Amino acid sequence: MIDGFIINALLAGIAVALVAGPLGCVVVWRRMAYFGDTLAHSSLLGVALAVSAELVPILGVVFIGAVLAALLFWLEQRRELSADTLLGILSHSALALGLIVFSLIQARVPGIDLMAYLFGDILAVNQAEIVWMYIGSIFILSVFAWLWRALISVSVNEDMARTDGINVSLVRFVFMLLLAMVIAAAIKVVGILLITALLIIPAASARAFSNTPVQMIILSTLIAVAAVVIGLGASFYQDLPAGPAIVVAAALGFFMTRIASARY
Amino acid sequence: MNSNAGHEVLLSASNLGYTIRGQQILDAVSLQLHGNEIVTLIGPNGAGKTSLVRILLGLKKATSGEIYCKPGVKIGYVPQKLHIDPVLPLRVRDFLLTAGRYDEAHLVSVLEEVQMPHLLKSAVQTLSGGEFQRVLLARALLKQPDLLVLDEPAQGVDIIGQQALYNTIRHIRDRHACGVLMVSHDLHLVMAATDQVICLNTHICCTGHPDDVSAHPEYLKIFGQAMDGLAPYSHQHDHAHDAHGNVIPLACENEPGEHEAGSHD
Repeated sequence: MIDGFIINALLAGIAVALVAGPLGCVVVWRRMAYFGDTLAHSSLLGVALAVSAELVPILGVVFIGAVLAALLFWLEQRRELSADTLLGILSHSALALGLIVFSLIQARVPGIDLMAYLFGDILAVNQAEIVWMYIGSIFILSVFAWLWRALISVSVNEDMARTDGINVSLVRFVFMLLLAMVIAAAIKVVGILLITALLIIPAASARAFSNTPVQMIILSTLIAVAAVVIGLGASFYQDLPAGPAIVVAAALGFFMTRIASARY
Repeated sequence: MNSNAGHEVLLSASNLGYTIRGQQILDAVSLQLHGNEIVTLIGPNGAGKTSLVRILLGLKKATSGEIYCKPGVKIGYVPQKLHIDPVLPLRVRDFLLTAGRYDEAHLVSVLEEVQMPHLLKSAVQTLSGGEFQRVLLARALLKQPDLLVLDEPAQGVDIIGQQALYNTIRHIRDRHACGVLMVSHDLHLVMAATDQVICLNTHICCTGHPDDVSAHPEYLKIFGQAMDGLAPYSHQHDHAHDAHGNVIPLACENEPGEHEAGSHD
């Protein structure tokens, strides 16, 4: 009764939710929502470059993510423009450049669909991709667990972390790379334009019910998984677009948790 | 020169200069920090106190000069402004553990040193200014530091609480024989337990032993009881500064007995 493609979609969505939950918490703690957006927008350029070089898209996305992180790091040293202005510049110029490169390769690569990248194409995910998503998720979570104490320490105060012997720049850079990987995996699920929602909405919903960072991460992950399941269910039974349905499910959950926490 | 001459030098700086965008922040600053000694750095806003502390900690590079750090020295640091975003759910316990892996007993023991053992499970965002500064101090104590660097440890603390906090810092020094470098932006309130005062205004204006400084009657009159345990540090300068921090020599008009505040340069 339930088709194979919906099972595949669920498996893929859950793989992404398992990493979006924890990393989303750090994004919220470190006020990196706009950075996540910038990374997501620029990932189209990464995809386009990788496709034109006949490489796996994830390589292009991680590469562009690394370039972006380095560029931002360098621009921030000058301190003349605030980080959000710089991100605004990078975000939209990278998206515009991505759209141009994409339109150029569209002529050469038949069947490549811009909409699938912008809004996700989870129902078209195949088993090989699912296997790779889980391998990627395990890798991301392992690095995340290894960085955990340093990430919390850097989120609290960078100077204090530095005097405790933490290499703050390295932690920041590795986290940005992990984020780029999550985004690369999530493109297929919710699409470039909606990825940030999957990172920050579950984390923001989890805050009111958490007393410790670990609780927030577990709760955020559960909410992200629930949003994927409910969103895909709605998509399957009501014929809604899957990516947007997942995001709307997460957003509804957020407002429900707001109302629930306001009663306490 | 002082009672801590027997203790070895933990950290010393010689002839530090720091310039940013053509503006001189620090000029020819030299100092030594010993074990079992409390040094207080005072000076007006913009005097370069925080820059100096950050350079000493290695968070910033000096433009010129040298820093010597005793090999293996452990430094506990309390930064000047620490705001923990309410979006990060953090109990005192979690906050302490950001400093490293420590067992529960050690966490409780450092909180006991700052008289806050009951706060272990409180959310950091619910603490009062005084409680939070003490928790910061406890975090700095976790690694059993040889040197504590406290950038305005009494900020956001009322005057009675400040006195108690300074007493706690003195007790910690007595118990651990660690060196303490403290920053205060207040030129006039320097606690009695301070072994050495360094007055900074881009360069070191003067350094002195607060015991040698005679109590200033005006401040005793204003603060009264709250000043117990706090010695007002009054000193005269042999120069003044203009709006750009340049030194302007002053004509000598010393009153007898008021100019022994410290060794002027």
